[in-house]
Amino acid sequence: MSNHITVENLTHTYDTRCALDHVNFSVYRGEVFGFLGPNGSGKSTLFKILSTLITPTSGVINVFGHDIHTEQKSIRKLLGVVFQRPALDVKLTVIENLRHQGHLYGLRGRQLNYRINELLIQFDLNDRTKDLVEELSGGLQRRVEIAKALLHSPQVLLLDEPSSGLDIGVRRQLSEYLSILAENEDISILLTTHLMDEADECSRVAILDEGRLVALGTPDELKSKIGGDVVTVETKNSESLSNAIEDKFGVSTTITEDFIQIESTRANEFVKDIMVAFPDDILSVRLSKPTLEDVFVKLTGNKFV
Amino acid sequence: MVNILVPVSTIWWREIIRFYRQRSRLLSAIAQPLVFWILIGSGLNASFQPSGFNEDIGYIEYFYPGIVVLVLLFTAIFATISVVNERREGFLQSVLVSPVSRGSIVLGQALGGTSLALLQGILLLCLAPLIGIKFSITSIIITVGVMALLAFGLTNLGLIIAWRMDSTQGFHAIMNLILIPIWLLSGAFFPTVGTPIWLEWVMKLNPLTYGLAAFRSGIYKNAYQQMENIPSLTLSIIIISIFCVLTYLGATLTASSKRI
Repeated sequence: MSNHITVENLTHTYDTRCALDHVNFSVYRGEVFGFLGPNGSGKSTLFKILSTLITPTSGVINVFGHDIHTEQKSIRKLLGVVFQRPALDVKLTVIENLRHQGHLYGLRGRQLNYRINELLIQFDLNDRTKDLVEELSGGLQRRVEIAKALLHSPQVLLLDEPSSGLDIGVRRQLSEYLSILAENEDISILLTTHLMDEADECSRVAILDEGRLVALGTPDELKSKIGGDVVTVETKNSESLSNAIEDKFGVSTTITEDFIQIESTRANEFVKDIMVAFPDDILSVRLSKPTLEDVFVKLTGNKFV
Repeated sequence: MVNILVPVSTIWWREIIRFYRQRSRLLSAIAQPLVFWILIGSGLNASFQPSGFNEDIGYIEYFYPGIVVLVLLFTAIFATISVVNERREGFLQSVLVSPVSRGSIVLGQALGGTSLALLQGILLLCLAPLIGIKFSITSIIITVGVMALLAFGLTNLGLIIAWRMDSTQGFHAIMNLILIPIWLLSGAFFPTVGTPIWLEWVMKLNPLTYGLAAFRSGIYKNAYQQMENIPSLTLSIIIISIFCVLTYLGATLTASSKRI
């Protein structure tokens, strides 16, 4: 039995629009794998395909030895899915939601109660079990949502934009928790995100743009694609200034709207040099360590929106 | 067997508990038909004698089975309309990615809607003695059984529409365009006897006509051996059973093929 998830040549088209274009990757046990991309990059489509909600136009997907076309039911048993839009019944209590979920996966009786209690303790929900879900805060609801997805001890946990609507503190907690979970339970966690800090916490990140997978690696590997630090210049006439900078300093630049980005291994001196050379054209200059956003901009030439 | 029973019953149970927690739904499904019955029934009672029926059946009594079926129809609609939203951004998403088959999901939903409709139908049945209808044990069993079959078929019909629609507005449009006319032309509002030939045929082809006929046969089991001018009880039950099977298969097929 294969011990990882492989996706080969995955392509999906809606009518005429190509949402995913020959995507390839593998995910191993124990890792948190992030799909980073802006809206329309294809990550929602990828999530729907992996969660078995839609059938891809073409391509091979194998989850721990099971083919998604022929063994859909076996795969569904292995998956725990957390949707971006809440999938809890707000008119049901926390424990009723969990019981319902357990029954769908064939768990019941003492075995189910034991597992529910385990998760309630793990997620610090045991004093809210009899509360209707509509009475819980957004953060608590998200916790119930994840507990619900883990109830049948899945081998793969899929999360669609798990931190949308959560404040930064809760977001950090969630990222930390997912890393621990992947390692301790030896399961694969796949999540989609458009947030850099969330992607930074993943073991590996795949960057998606317009349906294509443009880069894959650990956050550090991806950032090392940028040589040195990043200098971002804000200007009114980016086209002419970028040409002037390239001519004068012999560097390559990337333009996105009113911003010019230059990678530099001696960035602090470079900032001084361009300020002296073009004092009138520059509105502001920012020097930063490379982020995944910079990687995205460099690889696609598009702004991350 | 347990593999199917546990998920089906949990889906059924959820429909019941949701209904219990939103009891105002009871009022909304019953109130409107009741007002129709009282206003239209009383209004037409003086000037309208249903043709082909015994003379002691006035319009208010004639209209009563139609009102019960309307309550079943409304409950079926209210019970299934939530599928439209829950399928794309709500509770049903997680049911759809679970190993439970589409057929079991639909069966649980249909049984949930059936139970709720039946409960309200029985509440309305308690009003029958007020208009002089006398029940025997046999007629109660037949009537409740017919209501259960009808409720199951109508809920499945609601599910076929709900699994197909992308908006609740679309559902309402179908309700006004198809479901209400099906009810109007089932013998609920006026009898088949004496209608123009084309209309008579439309009514004969309408499966709900047989539901109404079976219900009438049920409640009058005591009073008349066989109601004339409406399809027989046996034929009616056969046809509504076929209607139940077809709508269930249709709903399962729709749920399986629908792109999310």
